Amino acid sequence: MNIQISLKDGVPIYRQIVNQVKYMVASGQLTSGMEVPPIRVLAEQLLVTPNTVVKAYRELETEGVVYKRRGAGTFISENGSPLKAAEQKRILTERADTLLTEAQQMGYSLDDITTLLNERAAVLGKAKNKSAKEHG
Amino acid sequence: MEEKVVAIEGVTRQFGLLKALDDLTFSVDPGCVHGLVGANGAGKTTLIKHILGLLRARSGSVRVFGLDPVKHPVEVLGRIGYLSEERDLPDWMRIHELARYTQAYHPKWDNSYSDELIQTFELDPQQKIKNLSRGQRALTGLIAAVAHRPDLLLLDEPSSGLDAIVRQDILREVVRAVADEGRTALFSSHLLDEVERMSDVVTMIHKGKVVLHGSLDDIKDGHQHLTLRFPEEQMVRPTIAGALSLEGFGNQWQAVCNGELEQAKAAIQALGAEITEVRNASLQEIFVARVGRGVPTKTEG
Repeated sequence: MNIQISLKDGVPIYRQIVNQVKYMVASGQLTSGMEVPPIRVLAEQLLVTPNTVVKAYRELETEGVVYKRRGAGTFISENGSPLKAAEQKRILTERADTLLTEAQQMGYSLDDITTLLNERAAVLGKAKNKSAKEHG
Repeated sequence: MEEKVVAIEGVTRQFGLLKALDDLTFSVDPGCVHGLVGANGAGKTTLIKHILGLLRARSGSVRVFGLDPVKHPVEVLGRIGYLSEERDLPDWMRIHELARYTQAYHPKWDNSYSDELIQTFELDPQQKIKNLSRGQRALTGLIAAVAHRPDLLLLDEPSSGLDAIVRQDILREVVRAVADEGRTALFSSHLLDEVERMSDVVTMIHKGKVVLHGSLDDIKDGHQHLTLRFPEEQMVRPTIAGALSLEGFGNQWQAVCNGELEQAKAAIQALGAEITEVRNASLQEIFVARVGRGVPTKTEG
């Protein structure tokens, strides 16, 4: 599991682990039934206190993202799909908020942003069609 | 409640005119990693020497596993694995001799564990300690400290002067001690990033006093970092009630607040400034705000 811990933005480490596991589930990098690393392994990899990983896994379990199988380890839940949709929405909402805040600071109106989004969608759409044709 | 691993109450220690410990009270709970932070000369090493019974408490009391370490050195030291900042090891010994020698004091010494570590750290057991590099010396000291699986792993500035690889090797052993058997680790460090990653509980000491103590989560929840934008450039540092520190230039300033967030927000508003960002402060920012020279803090300065 490729988790990156950053101490720059002040987010507690267990929260960073929770968010990144949820992100990996939402983006399909982790799928139901996959095992997540044991506590000691992840703690050694990230060089964080094991209790932080315990706390992150406990929160993920409470939220239904992972489940524990006694003596076997911790796994990504089967019923990840409703959560997955919610998480995808949450991630995009976060990105949208960042975009809106930055645009506002630069003096862009909501209409300006909508125009920009449409422009970009057209550009990306063209690029996708082109590469599809080239490969097809 | 579980017994404290270390309990220090009202200990004062003076070296000449310098108060190294000033009525210091401090405790370590079992099963966690406890980070001890403070500037150079804050009293960290003096505190650790009291835990080891190398210094006798002149006032107040020191208990380790419920015992006075000066009166019960064998019982206490037998349960501690200690790595000093100086890594003082017998220079004339070879690595395997040190392992055998340390083993004699520790009935619980695990030979397979020490052999495994010697191999992992790529050490030659036949090497004389005096010929080891700085990093190899630290790792040899680490093996002597952990291979008897001590109930308390006590590391004084374990990362001091070491490269990133050796630092990782040391921290990994701390993780292992705590993860596998719920043992306890207490380490002092001036590397705040390392302390923030590794600690469940943090104690910040300054001029021999505890200025901050608590679980890292509580400490972080209790301190916010604010970014402020003033309508005009501020030629002198503005004063904001409720802020521990304020740093910046022109019309952009950053404040660290603790608990008194509402008070600080009101003060900021009264100055006509706008808060552009609020987030948790990092331990580094909290440390600088608490004991830095920038602004007089609530502690004596």
